[in-house]
Amino acid sequence: MASSDVARQPDQGVRPLSLAGHVGFDSLPDQLVNKSICQGFCFNILCIGETGIGKSTLMDTLFNTNFENFESSHFEPQVKLRAQTYDLQESNVRLRLTVVNTVGFGDQMNKQESYQPVVDYIDRQFESYLQEELKIKRSLHNYHDSRVHACLYFISPSGHSLKSLDLVTMKKLDSKVNIIPVIAKADTISKSELHKFKIKIMSELVSNGVQIYQFPLDDETVAKVNTTMNGHLPFAVVGSTEEVSVGNKMVKARQYPWGVVQVENENHCDFVKLREMLICVNMEDLREQTHTRHYELYRRCKLEEMGFKDTGPECKPVSLQQTYEAKRQEFLVELQKREDEMRQMFVQRVKEKESELKEAERELQSRFEQLKRLHADEKAALEEKKRLLDDDQSSFSKRRAAAQLLQAQSLTANGKKDKDRKNSGFM
Amino acid sequence: MTTSSRYRSRAPRSEDGEEKDYVGFATLPNQVHRKSVKKGFDFTLMVAGESGLGKSTLVNSLFLTDLHKDRKLLNAEERISQTVEITKHTVDIEEKGVKLKLTIVDTPGFGDAVNNTECWRAVTGYIDQQFEHYFRDESGLNRKNIQDNRVHCCLYFIPPFGHGLRPVDIEFMKALQDKVNVVPLIAKADCLTPTEIKKLKERLREEIDKYGIKIYQFPDCDSDEDEDFKRQDKELKDSTPFAVIGSNTVVETRGQRVRGRLYPWGIVEVENPAHCDFVKLRNILIRTHMHDLKDITSDCHYENYRAQCIQTMTSKMNADKRVESPIPLLPLSTPNDEAEKLIKKKDEELKRMQQMLQKMQQQMHEQDL
Repeated sequence: MASSDVARQPDQGVRPLSLAGHVGFDSLPDQLVNKSICQGFCFNILCIGETGIGKSTLMDTLFNTNFENFESSHFEPQVKLRAQTYDLQESNVRLRLTVVNTVGFGDQMNKQESYQPVVDYIDRQFESYLQEELKIKRSLHNYHDSRVHACLYFISPSGHSLKSLDLVTMKKLDSKVNIIPVIAKADTISKSELHKFKIKIMSELVSNGVQIYQFPLDDETVAKVNTTMNGHLPFAVVGSTEEVSVGNKMVKARQYPWGVVQVENENHCDFVKLREMLICVNMEDLREQTHTRHYELYRRCKLEEMGFKDTGPECKPVSLQQTYEAKRQEFLVELQKREDEMRQMFVQRVKEKESELKEAERELQSRFEQLKRLHADEKAALEEKKRLLDDDQSSFSKRRAAAQLLQAQSLTANGKKDKDRKNSGFM
Repeated sequence: MTTSSRYRSRAPRSEDGEEKDYVGFATLPNQVHRKSVKKGFDFTLMVAGESGLGKSTLVNSLFLTDLHKDRKLLNAEERISQTVEITKHTVDIEEKGVKLKLTIVDTPGFGDAVNNTECWRAVTGYIDQQFEHYFRDESGLNRKNIQDNRVHCCLYFIPPFGHGLRPVDIEFMKALQDKVNVVPLIAKADCLTPTEIKKLKERLREEIDKYGIKIYQFPDCDSDEDEDFKRQDKELKDSTPFAVIGSNTVVETRGQRVRGRLYPWGIVEVENPAHCDFVKLRNILIRTHMHDLKDITSDCHYENYRAQCIQTMTSKMNADKRVESPIPLLPLSTPNDEAEKLIKKKDEELKRMQQMLQKMQQQMHEQDL
């Protein structure tokens, strides 16, 4: 809710006083104006329209300069946005103007996702402003505000109605930016057709719930002109940077074999109306609306997404600090819980592994024992065999010794007999 | 010069004194003329392009009638997911005894939806359908009353708001280039100054060449025509694609009542060659090349379709080698689904038997060896 929209209500408990003389605080608006002139102004326009529909030419014509845009091709695979910033100056007022153009809009065969890059761009600008606002050390007065203040939507002059792509895109954008629809290349529509076309477009927008920008009616000085202008929406414009001599002066116009379309002739097109409304009268209101309506909506949605609320569970107003603190605690508790969980899991794993290892150890041990036993058994068997063998051997050697002895005895006996015979024989 | 007067001036006169050499077949053109007037002509014109480009208005201006009396235009929300439809209007018009049955085929919804992939399918489907119809009639037994509903020419409207061709234009023209004579037009040309028109035409011609799109080419004039005619012909070819403006209203300018559009800054006359190429288009389409368009449709596009059709059919009947000359037309005239299924089954059986025969032959051959 814009705080500046609400007129100053007389507060209860504050009594109005009348002054006895001239104090001088009526110069406050002037001080404000001086300050803003020193600071310079900033304005961002987004132009959405098909390739070749005349976006760059219209910008050139509106700001009476050459923004040096080059022709884009029809064969872009996706919609892109091209932003360029310029510094303009008129008398002593400096304006930092950013013109964002769509490239390749409406050229693809499948245009279902065409609106997405535009929405993303607008959201990005809001996001960077939000980030700046939430910083601890912030410099908002120095910040280059890149939020889109006005969106000129270029409608193709078919003469029948809006295109389906136009409707879909405008519906997605009407809550994010101030949409000002314009009928481009209006020199192809005759007056009677134009009247019917405008009525058809407005009725289609209304019946589909698209909220376009309405010039403000609360300020009495401009209410009257704004009301008439609201009735001329959408503006049918013709852009041209070439000059043709008409009468005795050079005017911006388009020369045809059948006549000359003068850009600044109110009979020919609504260019002058657009310039007046967009730049001369309502530029500041557009910026304000962007900040107080569209940006606030974005901010609220974003913060609600993050879980912040204006009122706590007992419907008591809760400040951002408290919510932030609560969120932080929640987060820390969560963190702790997670940590504990992980630790537990780790411990459990370790235990498991340990038991596994123990089991393995036991198995190994038993196998070792088994092997040892086997080994001992074999050894015993072998010992037994050896003993038997030894026994055998000893008995064999005994018998052999006995046999030898017998043999030796018989031999000596025989030898004695021989000796005796020999001895006897001799004598 | 109209064709009839040209021929009449060349017919020999009997006062020449060469009566003995006079056979009389020089009057053949006159006979053709008489017969054709008696038979009457028919012409099918298709208009394609996004809504709001002035297609209906142009058709009304071309044929000086009001063909679309109470048509209902859809709202933007209804068009978000609209499919392409094909609508047909047939009217009988007559001029100096010559009757013309004119059919205008419109393609509402083309390029209007948010997702336009393959939006040209309905259009190519329709053209193929007409070809198929004619094919069947031509192959039928009773060919007395063949109705020629084939599309003879397709006017494709290119929006003047861009820098040249868009992807949807290229895809559509490429899909249709082999089925119908495509004549691209720059629609609503009253939003372009003469320099811009020239630049756009050059751009379009370049892009049509670059993407290899085969649009309708005017036949070259004979080399024995006079210089003036040749110059006109060349001028004509250089001003394609035509930048046209249409109008449903008659306005008063310079003391005359003409078809035009009234603006606060001037009046655009539809039939003024300095304002747009409407007159050139009308001459080409109606006064000089209408028959050529019909000829190319039947000699070129239709024959291509027919050849393709027959090829796909004979490739199915390839197994039947007993038939020496392909006569695939007979079963076409009565497209009985059940008969076709039977034929297919028989074909497969034959194929199987043939394969078995071949195997047995091979085995016998091996045994012999």
